[in-house]
Amino acid sequence: MTDRPASDPAARRPADGLVARARRSPVLWAVAALAVLLLFNLVANPGFFALRFQDGHLFGNLVNVVKNVAPVLLIAVGMTLVIATRGIDLSVGAVLAISGSVAFTIVEGADDPSSGGTAALAIGVALAAGLVLGAWNGFLVSVVGIQPIIATLVLMTAGRGIAMLITDGNIVTAENPVFDWLGGGYLAGVPVQIVITGLVLLLVAVLTRRTALGVLIEAVGVNPAAARLAGVRARSITFTVYVFIALVAAVAGLMVTANVSAADANRAGLFIELDAILAVVIGGTSLAGGRYSLTGTVIGALILQTLTTTVLTMGLPDEYIRLFKAVVIIMVFLLQAPRVRAALGRRRRRDPAPPAAAPDGGPGPVAASAPPDEAPAASPATVPGTVPGRSPQQEVLR
Amino acid sequence: MTVSDTRPPEEQVPAPPGGTPRSAASRAGWQGAVRGWLRSTSTGSSTFSVLVTAVLLVVLFGAGSIRYENFGYPQVALNLLVDNAYLIVLAVGMTFVILTGGIDLSSGAVVALGTVMAARLLQAGWPAPVVIAVVLATGALLGWLMGLAIHGLQLQPFIVTLAGMFLARGICFAISGPSIPIQDDWFTAVAINVVELPGGTFLSYGAVLALVVVAVAAYVLHRTRFGRTVYAIGGSESSAALMGLAVGRTKVGVYVISGFCSALGGLLFSVYILSGWSLHGIGLELDAIAAVVIGGTVLVGGRGLVLGSLLGVLVLGTIKALIDFDGGLNSWWTKITVGVLLLVFVVLQRVTGRRSGTAS
Repeated sequence: MTDRPASDPAARRPADGLVARARRSPVLWAVAALAVLLLFNLVANPGFFALRFQDGHLFGNLVNVVKNVAPVLLIAVGMTLVIATRGIDLSVGAVLAISGSVAFTIVEGADDPSSGGTAALAIGVALAAGLVLGAWNGFLVSVVGIQPIIATLVLMTAGRGIAMLITDGNIVTAENPVFDWLGGGYLAGVPVQIVITGLVLLLVAVLTRRTALGVLIEAVGVNPAAARLAGVRARSITFTVYVFIALVAAVAGLMVTANVSAADANRAGLFIELDAILAVVIGGTSLAGGRYSLTGTVIGALILQTLTTTVLTMGLPDEYIRLFKAVVIIMVFLLQAPRVRAALGRRRRRDPAPPAAAPDGGPGPVAASAPPDEAPAASPATVPGTVPGRSPQQEVLR
Repeated sequence: MTVSDTRPPEEQVPAPPGGTPRSAASRAGWQGAVRGWLRSTSTGSSTFSVLVTAVLLVVLFGAGSIRYENFGYPQVALNLLVDNAYLIVLAVGMTFVILTGGIDLSSGAVVALGTVMAARLLQAGWPAPVVIAVVLATGALLGWLMGLAIHGLQLQPFIVTLAGMFLARGICFAISGPSIPIQDDWFTAVAINVVELPGGTFLSYGAVLALVVVAVAAYVLHRTRFGRTVYAIGGSESSAALMGLAVGRTKVGVYVISGFCSALGGLLFSVYILSGWSLHGIGLELDAIAAVVIGGTVLVGGRGLVLGSLLGVLVLGTIKALIDFDGGLNSWWTKITVGVLLLVFVVLQRVTGRRSGTAS
């Protein structure tokens, strides 16, 4: 998460800079929303922040938030990359269901359901299924050239049917120590699901932000044709992000099914694609593609999960979660809307500084190749004191 | 597309089914015939797509009649309309939105909101006409708000209607979690009584209303300034704006229409099922989108006919009926078949899109 310093330099600058930055950075709006949520909890429910260390394991509402967010966050990380290429993947819920169904059908049908070998086979086949499904989506989008929303709608519609076919319409239950560990185990006191999600997040952050990959992905999102002419292999990058998101969806499927020791083809991961997309968008990544922020996605996912946990710990029926989510989401969207932000910023406009070229050949070319109407919005993000080359991630909305 | 769609309405009326392209023997001849025919009609490829859907519907239904004893009766065909009336209305609203290049994910949730509001208000003793007016107004209001957010704030339709979906479902749950039965005399009368047709067949009032909605939508799309602006926006929004068309009003308008249609679909659904429940209509928006796509409307907008959406719904209904008649197949085959059909039509869209793209 190399874009994390987005908030740190702001905090060190004088108040004027902070306010100016906050108005422009959608990530900061998301951070503010999360802070308000946590503050509300602090007042309304002081026990919310209590952390216990018991039997070598960490317990508490906050741990639950992070643990329960794991599958959504995992998929949201993949979704961030897909959305950065100007795509979208609606089929992750179906892929998740298929992965869980495949794994548990294998475990249930094995001669020795509780052996480690069975678990390894089940996990391997489930991940392979994820790869195949991702390759299918990637093929439709990058080779056939179908719009992502509709290409993945195909698998979203058919996928649950396929999952039902695998489980023969039943809810498959199975017991296996490896899956039990995956569902509720701990690694060095931290839930396994958090560890896995953290590792994937770290891997993606390093791969896309410490190499040119992230810039290439953004270039594809800004203009696939221009990227291809500039020597970026747009087609294989698009293909790869769809394979990657299906793979993480398969991992999330293993987590979700292991969590309840049952594979439910109908309900596993229902609406998880919407949650993942919301997490990404709340985090400030524009659906128009070309810019993304992994930090924003993490915060977006945390907002959604904190909201759920808040509603539950307050003793409200879980029916209200949707209403609360809707209200928070609408507020975050309104704050992020370019016109609203422009109206807020109109009162204290500074002279736009020329966009600083990225010395490390970072996202500079991407910013330069952006449509001209974006330039005035992008340039003030490069205020003095910012790390050059990082501005495009902070200014992700057009 | 913009140019072709702003031609005088006489040319925009879809060609009668008599204009079916000959299934020529040679491949090249077939393609040439199609290409020439595409050029000769202004709504070329959309009419072609609709014809493909119509042929598919006839083939599916014919196959069912041959395969299953009681499938071929006229009433089975009419039941497709009766059982899918709400989906037809929903697909009509969705067609407007998709023609402008947008999408409305909130329609399934607005259907649920419609059923819950109707059930709750009737339970509270409100007269049926007032309830209907309130539900329809709520749907239109939600659509108007989403349209304002999409056009006024320049947010993505996908994400705005997603928030709308959460909001509508949330309001549903806030009104009532459990299912509420509808016992109002007026609603049950509409549900029970039917329109008698010759030959001992019948249509429900809902199905008749759905057909009326399709007719009105077709009129609006092809014979009014608003309708032509819808096509123009789908063809190219900036061109439409440069031509001085009322882009903003029209864009907001299609979401109002979609919200209204969703609420109407909700009323039809509550009459059909005589209950209001916040979990009604989960995934209905996807059925509606699938029907619109199978009906030949292009998702980037600008091309498509509302008649195609009607046929698309009927194709989905026929598949469901076929699987019901078989008895040996499980209901999940419906999902797989719809998915495969969706794929076929999307690829078909892609191919014909390329062809007409090179032709023009």
